[in-house]
Amino acid sequence: MHEMSITKSMLEIIKDEMDKSKVSQLRSVRIKVGELTAVEPDALRFCFEASTKNTPLEGASLEIEEVPLKGKCRRCGNKFRIEAFVSRCPECGGADIEKISGTELDIVSIEAE
Amino acid sequence: MHDISVEQKILSKNDELAGENRELLTSKKIFSINMVSSPGSGKTSIIEKTLPYLKERIKIAVIEGDLQTDLDAQRVAKYGIPVKQITTGKACHLDAHNIHHVLPWVMEQDGIGLLIIENVGNMVCPAEYDLGEDMMITVMSTTEGDDKPLKYPAIFSSADVLLLNKTDLAPYTDFNIERAKENALRINPYLKIFETSCRTGAGIKEWSDFLAQTALNGHGKI
Ligand SMILES: Nc1nc2c(ncn2[C@@H]2O[C@H](COP(=O)(O)OP(=O)(O)OP(=O)(O)O)[C@@H](O)[C@H]2O)c(=O)[nH]1
Ligand SMILES: [Mg+2]
Ligand SMILES: [Zn+2]
Repeated sequence: MHEMSITKSMLEIIKDEMDKSKVSQLRSVRIKVGELTAVEPDALRFCFEASTKNTPLEGASLEIEEVPLKGKCRRCGNKFRIEAFVSRCPECGGADIEKISGTELDIVSIEAE
Repeated sequence: MHDISVEQKILSKNDELAGENRELLTSKKIFSINMVSSPGSGKTSIIEKTLPYLKERIKIAVIEGDLQTDLDAQRVAKYGIPVKQITTGKACHLDAHNIHHVLPWVMEQDGIGLLIIENVGNMVCPAEYDLGEDMMITVMSTTEGDDKPLKYPAIFSSADVLLLNKTDLAPYTDFNIERAKENALRINPYLKIFETSCRTGAGIKEWSDFLAQTALNGHGKI
């Protein structure tokens, strides 16, 4: 399960940021997970809880924003939600679609004191 | 209470290392591919079938990623090709760090033009981990169900090439090759698709020619 190694990377970043800001109590973490990533939010929550247990980070909440897959038509510029992975422009039928969201795997912010 | 803005990719460290790998390989004119699939789709078999076609045209090194054994590495070594085993233990994918450690070994080999990396058999986890490769190859076999691209979109979305393997078995399953292609292209319209069979050898030459040409044009050396 790669959610464990993703959690590890996430905690490294969090600890770095907390050191930089000289805080020690983590309250919450906000992340974005795109629809097209191979990351299961529930598995990620589970790993996050398991890896923070009995550490100074225990009890922090993990807020996951799931980002839907969206595309932009390169022919007419229309932006739309890509449903069931059918990347065809509903306006003009164009098939040359740029993915503009849904591939994120980002830490947005943390709350700590 | 501090609200600290981070705005960073969670795998930024991996991506940075992958970037370093890519730079190093490119500077040495080594073209690299990352082969991913479910366990048993035929990655090692395809490598075995491809080597005889490529050996004369380009110097090859292989990295084998596996959870436990070095059986795949042994299979490849029989072809007289330098091969390095990475045992990941519990990790279900290779990451850029694994590759970073092995690159000095690749550089020690003489005049390598193509580096083939076989990832751990897993349809989910390798998708998020850039290794620094030039081309990602997803292998899917006809015993797996032609809706697989819709179930595991990430691995098809990041791939450059799709090898539809075990076509010899297609008549015995309800796998529909055209539907599989359609589904894969729905996820990723830029996929280059080859149909292969390691049993009959069908499609192996086409795929090998494509790989050799891409590697040599890409920046591989003869
Ligand atoms: N009939 C048939 N069998 C194949 C074909 N390609 C591979 N196989 C068989 O499928 C099994 C698995 O093949 P491998 O090449 O070991 O698959 P792999 O993807 O490397 O497997 P892992 O490394 O364990 O993930 C072996 O028994 C192969 O002989 C094919 O085109 N047709
Ligand atoms: Mg194998
Ligand atoms: Zn359009």
